[in-house]
Amino acid sequence: MKPLKIVNTNMDPAALSPLRQQSSCAPKACSCTTEAAPALHDEKALRGARWIEGAIDTPAGRVPVVSTAWKAADRLGQVRARVSSFRMKYAIDPGLYAVGRPGMDSDVYVSANYKLSFDVLRRALAGKDAWILVLDTGGINVWCAAGKGTFGTTELVNRIKVSRLAEMVRHRRVIAPQLGAVGVDADAVKRETGFAVRFGPVRAADIPAYVSAGYKKTDAMRRVRFTVLDRLALTPMELRPAVKPYLVFALAMLAVSGLAPEGILFRQAFSGALPLLVLGLAALFAGAVVTPVLLPVIPFRSFAVKGLVAGAALVVPIVLYSGMFEGADAALLAASYVFFPLVSSYLALQFTGASTYTGMTGVKKELRYALPVYIGGSIVSAIGLIAHNLLVRGII
Amino acid sequence: MKYLKNVTTLTYTGEKCTGCGRCVDVCPHAVFAMIGGKAAVLDRDLCMECGACQRNCSAGAISVDAGVGCASAIIRGKLTGSEPVCGCSEGGGACC
Repeated sequence: MKPLKIVNTNMDPAALSPLRQQSSCAPKACSCTTEAAPALHDEKALRGARWIEGAIDTPAGRVPVVSTAWKAADRLGQVRARVSSFRMKYAIDPGLYAVGRPGMDSDVYVSANYKLSFDVLRRALAGKDAWILVLDTGGINVWCAAGKGTFGTTELVNRIKVSRLAEMVRHRRVIAPQLGAVGVDADAVKRETGFAVRFGPVRAADIPAYVSAGYKKTDAMRRVRFTVLDRLALTPMELRPAVKPYLVFALAMLAVSGLAPEGILFRQAFSGALPLLVLGLAALFAGAVVTPVLLPVIPFRSFAVKGLVAGAALVVPIVLYSGMFEGADAALLAASYVFFPLVSSYLALQFTGASTYTGMTGVKKELRYALPVYIGGSIVSAIGLIAHNLLVRGII
Repeated sequence: MKYLKNVTTLTYTGEKCTGCGRCVDVCPHAVFAMIGGKAAVLDRDLCMECGACQRNCSAGAISVDAGVGCASAIIRGKLTGSEPVCGCSEGGGACC
């Protein structure tokens, strides 16, 4: 077999312009393969991608070469994806990419087209010559996409075919991330494409050790972890969905507290609502930050109960010792003690979606018990709040 | 870290096992181990019902009701009367 021709390595992204000239030229329809390889990617989708550092021509077409180093834009993208809905559109063009100067015997690593998944993989391949086959997962990470089936057998089979992988490499194997096994039936892929799927380590960072051990995983490489840093990184996206409900809650409390025969009195609104707004923040913090971070330390296995414990641990001392509730009537105290720990519990239960060890049946069981308690507790709290406001105004 | 006791829907039929070891290879929580040339379940309570073992067991020895262990997805599924799916690609929710 003739070696692959390397062109334009270390060129700047603008030098990818040959792709543009050929983008109208479908690989099957034209005879241009002998002179310049047809683009395997949509040139528009790759324009401005700073992580592309060149291209190589292969018998099946021109493949972009990607850098294994992260630039400032990649780091910024990671942060934005961690803290905002930016993650929902942090996607790259699916298809085949190259790392280094891969040839007919180089390994093929499978990834998702969520850019952070792809970035973590290419960084782990520093110093290697390899192919990366990016599946179209709708911009979703490997594990979540595998759960939905988009990182799955059908897409992998299809991507191996449309990328013409059989013409790029002599061997017949691809290395998929282990968590992709949720969606990928290795036997079915082998039957339909001839490519054997090896499930590599869970974490891309373990790839160098996995390869040098002769493509053998240690038990640790198979295990999903959930370290305190992993959990901390997830907290911004736990807090975010709570911001809008909190603002609605704050406005409602200000309105209720400020209500007077003359209209809404602002001084009365603030002084009356402030203790509740503080407790609301404490509940958000307890459920969306404290519970995730201290997860293994907080007693009980149920996330709802963990959240309740964390919520009570923050709410009760504030009520007792902050001085904001001095002379408060029993109705307000009861509403505060019931409602805010339950808010924390609800938020903690949401964290089951981000945790790496909770299963569907368990979460369903938790919800069966927790939802009636949340609804009942909210009704009790609302009654307490109304009673408190009537008491304050001397109506009852 | 372990989740709730005795809730997983994982079932394993040892007689069907061909000893390929794929389940041990794909399980992210070391639920399985190879003992005497066959797979054995070490600790069911570690199972998170991801379904990787079932999908890759060509002998059909493993069954698990796989799905998303995510409260908001399950609540949404209840409200819409559909199967719980995570809201990632629906555009609305900013989840995983």
